[in-house]
Amino acid sequence: MNVLKSLADRDRVFDFLVPVESPVDVRHGPILYLEDVTVSFDGFRAIERLNLTIDDGELRCIIGPNGAGKTTMMDIITGKTRPDAGRVWFGSRHDLLTMNEPEIASLGIGRKFQKPTTFEALTVFENLELAMAADKRILPTLTARTTGEVRSRIEEVMTTIGLVELRHRPAGILSHGQKQWLEIGMLLMQRPRLLLVDEPVAGMTEQEMERTAELLTGLAGQQSVVVVEHDMGFVRSIARTVTVLHQGSVLAEGRMDQVSLDPRVVEVYLGAEADEEVA
Amino acid sequence: MRMIRSLVQGLLCLVVVALAAPAAVAAPDDDGQALLEALDTRSYADKGEAIEALVASGDERTRRWLDALLDGKLQRHQDTGRFVVVLENRGRQWPVADALSGERLGEMSRRELDRIGINNALRGQLHSTLAVLDLRVDDVRARREAARELLGNVEAAMLAPLQQRVADEADGEVRRLLEQAIAIHRLGQGDAAAVEGLAGSLNPEARAALRAAARSDDVALAEAASGALAGIEQKLKLNRGVETLYFGLSLGSVLVLAAIGLAITFGVMGVINMAHGELMMLGAYTAWGMQQLLPGQPGLALILSIPAGFLVAALAGIAIERSVIQFLKGRPLETLLATFGVSLILQQLVRTLISPLNRSVVSPEWMSGSLMINEGLSLTLNRLFVLGFALLVFAGLMLVMRRTRLGLEVRAVTQSRAMARAMGIRATRVDILTFALGSGVAGLAGVALSQLTNVGPNLGQNYIIDSFMVVVFGGVGNLWGTLVAGLSLGVINQVLEPWAGAVLAKILVLVFIILFIQKRPRGLFPQKGRAAEG
Amino acid sequence: MLASRSWLSRPLHERSTRLFLGALIAALAVVTLLNLALPAGHPLHVSTYTVTLLGKYLCYALLAVAVDLVWGYLGILSLGHGAFFALGGYAMGMYLMRQIGDRGVYGHPVLPDFMVFLDWQSLPWYWHGFDMAWFAFLMVLLAPGLLALVFGFLAFRSRVTGVYLSIITQALTFALMLAFFRNEMGFGGNNGLTDFKELLGVDLTTDATRLGLFLATGVALALGYVLCRAIVASKLGRVCVATRDAEARTRFLGYRVERFQLFVFVVSAMLAGVAGALYVPQVGIINPGEFSPIFSIEIVLWVALGGRGTLYGAVIGALIVNYAKTVFTGVMPDAWLFALGGLFVLVTVLLPKGIAGLLGYRRPRRPPDSSTTPREAST
Repeated sequence: MNVLKSLADRDRVFDFLVPVESPVDVRHGPILYLEDVTVSFDGFRAIERLNLTIDDGELRCIIGPNGAGKTTMMDIITGKTRPDAGRVWFGSRHDLLTMNEPEIASLGIGRKFQKPTTFEALTVFENLELAMAADKRILPTLTARTTGEVRSRIEEVMTTIGLVELRHRPAGILSHGQKQWLEIGMLLMQRPRLLLVDEPVAGMTEQEMERTAELLTGLAGQQSVVVVEHDMGFVRSIARTVTVLHQGSVLAEGRMDQVSLDPRVVEVYLGAEADEEVA
Repeated sequence: MRMIRSLVQGLLCLVVVALAAPAAVAAPDDDGQALLEALDTRSYADKGEAIEALVASGDERTRRWLDALLDGKLQRHQDTGRFVVVLENRGRQWPVADALSGERLGEMSRRELDRIGINNALRGQLHSTLAVLDLRVDDVRARREAARELLGNVEAAMLAPLQQRVADEADGEVRRLLEQAIAIHRLGQGDAAAVEGLAGSLNPEARAALRAAARSDDVALAEAASGALAGIEQKLKLNRGVETLYFGLSLGSVLVLAAIGLAITFGVMGVINMAHGELMMLGAYTAWGMQQLLPGQPGLALILSIPAGFLVAALAGIAIERSVIQFLKGRPLETLLATFGVSLILQQLVRTLISPLNRSVVSPEWMSGSLMINEGLSLTLNRLFVLGFALLVFAGLMLVMRRTRLGLEVRAVTQSRAMARAMGIRATRVDILTFALGSGVAGLAGVALSQLTNVGPNLGQNYIIDSFMVVVFGGVGNLWGTLVAGLSLGVINQVLEPWAGAVLAKILVLVFIILFIQKRPRGLFPQKGRAAEG
Repeated sequence: MLASRSWLSRPLHERSTRLFLGALIAALAVVTLLNLALPAGHPLHVSTYTVTLLGKYLCYALLAVAVDLVWGYLGILSLGHGAFFALGGYAMGMYLMRQIGDRGVYGHPVLPDFMVFLDWQSLPWYWHGFDMAWFAFLMVLLAPGLLALVFGFLAFRSRVTGVYLSIITQALTFALMLAFFRNEMGFGGNNGLTDFKELLGVDLTTDATRLGLFLATGVALALGYVLCRAIVASKLGRVCVATRDAEARTRFLGYRVERFQLFVFVVSAMLAGVAGALYVPQVGIINPGEFSPIFSIEIVLWVALGGRGTLYGAVIGALIVNYAKTVFTGVMPDAWLFALGGLFVLVTVLLPKGIAGLLGYRRPRRPPDSSTTPREAST
């Protein structure tokens, strides 16, 4: 029925350049708020009574050993997985558990996947164009035209992510690092209020990592950013506040130097990492 | 030819007569003559009484006379008034024997003879009279048959001997039948007490008698009869329910057999094998071919075709995997198209090499017939065997998956191909073996199917869509899901069928599945968590 | 409407579309000329029989374009498009039946022959209105469109995709076939609808009508092609390709993926319906055989052979396979199924990009095997 409605809804023509104002209400506190969230798969508790608060404009790193529930947490926030119990609020007005993925996305939550997922058959330019904040209903999409202003916005982002020369190449031929960048660029086109970034530097060289770090820290302030990462060096270079997940709940939270001294953290995570490095 | 046959028959008669002669000739036999005289009357009522008198006499020749009377072969010579039994009433000249002595009298012209006629009422009386006589034979089965014959055919005159028989009878089943026969008769006479004896009987005669009684003017009788009828209806309903369930489970077991191989290949390799139905067809043709090789030994042929069908289908499966599917890794839709092409080729191959016509496979004796649960319900054996076979195959597959190295590797590859490969599992080998296993099971399904339907080139096609529905309904990669889905779809289909007709039932099942996956997109037993996202 | 005109006319500026339209128009013109201008005995004369045969191929070509729209660009392999084709055909067939009037065998003024034969007293409710051309032509679009809407709504909402969807679509057309075989359905059962006399008051049997139908089919193909091209070249088309390659990602970008899928699916079903409607007056019969799963899967082969995701490839594939079918079934009918089966295998294994791939045109690439990313999952 909604399709018919959107087909009939012809009087509303959006100007793509008006940034879509996120309706999120952050006057009374944090932008993201998870309370007592629990989810299990086949009896296995992936997340257990997880509590997490992200403030507006914050850059938060989330670390934890394999199976700590980092990706599952992202799935819950973006509506891909429904928790068995708990509450998830975006600002003080939006209950994310009542919404589906596109609704959550259009509220201003952008997500970068663990595996870089770009549209490989489409060009860099087209990838960014699709990601751009715009009226994403059927008919406006069908009749959309790529105006000069749209172009310049895309050019801007392409410059930021360093893919200007490759604009007409299909995303499928990009290197792994370039795909990661393209995906971050797509997030930028979305102009989200909250960015969820899952392992942004996987498969990147040292220099690429540095640029990513710059980019993410540059974003914080205007946007809230949550980074899930394994690479401790990278986390140290960008982290202000770090949350350590272990077995589906928060083990420790605080500044990186504090957290890394926490004996429990050292035991479950850093210790494990040290072993890995030895091996 | 005919001359020889009648000669042989004549000789046989001679032997019979010669054997019977000493007893017959022993004494002039006035009693017998009198009994027969009584039969020769115009009044059918008198004839009826004469028959009863005959039975009451206890003469050992009664059976022979009554048989002849029933067949119209008890006749009387016009001139001599001698009673004769016609041995062969074809042509003009009939060979006859003396009714009393059994002595063979050569041929007589049919014009010389008068038939002792009977009407339908007498015929009925004769049948039941003979049944009472048969109650005295030694063979239990013959006695039961005779007792069954008596249901609804008891005459007043037979009551006394019948009750005597009940008292003498050693076999419980015969006694029960006789009591019912008597009760039916009593009920007909308006005896309300007889209702009790018929309560719970599934026999159609008993039901007819009760229905008649329920309409009677005697209120007490009518009420009692109605009550008994309601009880019987209840039992019949249960019977019908059990029967529907049985047919449903039978259909379901076929679906499970057809789908379970599919579930394995689809679950492990993500491959939709559209030629799965044709692999079943190959299995069925193997069963047929085995019978051609071993004519006259359907049982042995069937048992041999179980491993043979598995082997043939598995080899065909390996050929398909190596020649087509391995080149289409990670492209499930293309695999679907390619295997569809294979299915067309296999079908046409069978049409060209064997015949486009259906072939029938003979069921061995131990599989034909049926298992009688009660008077209103019997289960055909071949379906029972297929049901058992399906469960056996299922259990076998479970065992392979749970207990063998192959099963372990298969499960590992299903969950994470890359990880399994990293652990040193040769995924390609696992693919081939899995595909062979799935195809082999299709072959087994075909062998089983050959016992239920005709074997033809389109055999597989008829099952492919249904078995895909089973896999979708049950959830991919879960054998239990396939079992439950197959059996329940079979039962649902059978439950709907009498109510909606076969075609509509099929359509309704499809609609049901489409609606079902609204609620549970991943089937009854979905794989949860990450594995499902693959 | 200004905006919509611009997206519709966009394909007319593309070289490939112009090339396609040019070739199509030229072919139509040549056939017309050879049919009309040359005497019957001339070696180059195209007989009316051939014209009708070509018209049939063009219907199939339009059907193939419709399938390519959903398969090539949306990644939805429909094994039930024959159902939409047949529904369009039945809508047209019902109109043609009503046009017969009292000229049927039984001479009943209203009831079609088969209903008289079944001893029906009055027209079933769903046959009303089909005596009016506008209503029937509307139904040609609405019947398949509505089925696609309901079915697609249920399927896409619960995110049934991939092989699951293919199987369910196949079951759909199978169920419809069983239903239409039933006499009680009121669509002529086994025999379907046939013995048509005239369309829009024009005698169907004359050479001129046949040529006209052929040309109309050609025009419909051209329009359908342009429409599909326009959809594909729009931003919506790119959303489709995005959905095909990374459905979850598209969803996280804020697109209601299921609605896009539904929209394109319904458009495709309607195109298939038009193809069916044009097919029926040319072949003179519509029966439940068109619903058979084999026919639907054959359509997919045409597209695969021509090269999916190109639209013109679908047209080429449809023409080649159907021409081959005509030739084969005439010369050695037994070999046709071998050829068809072999074609399925060869195309998928050896020619994944189809003939269009051989021609070397750029077409949306498939993503490489997604299981070979350098770093596998963590957490």
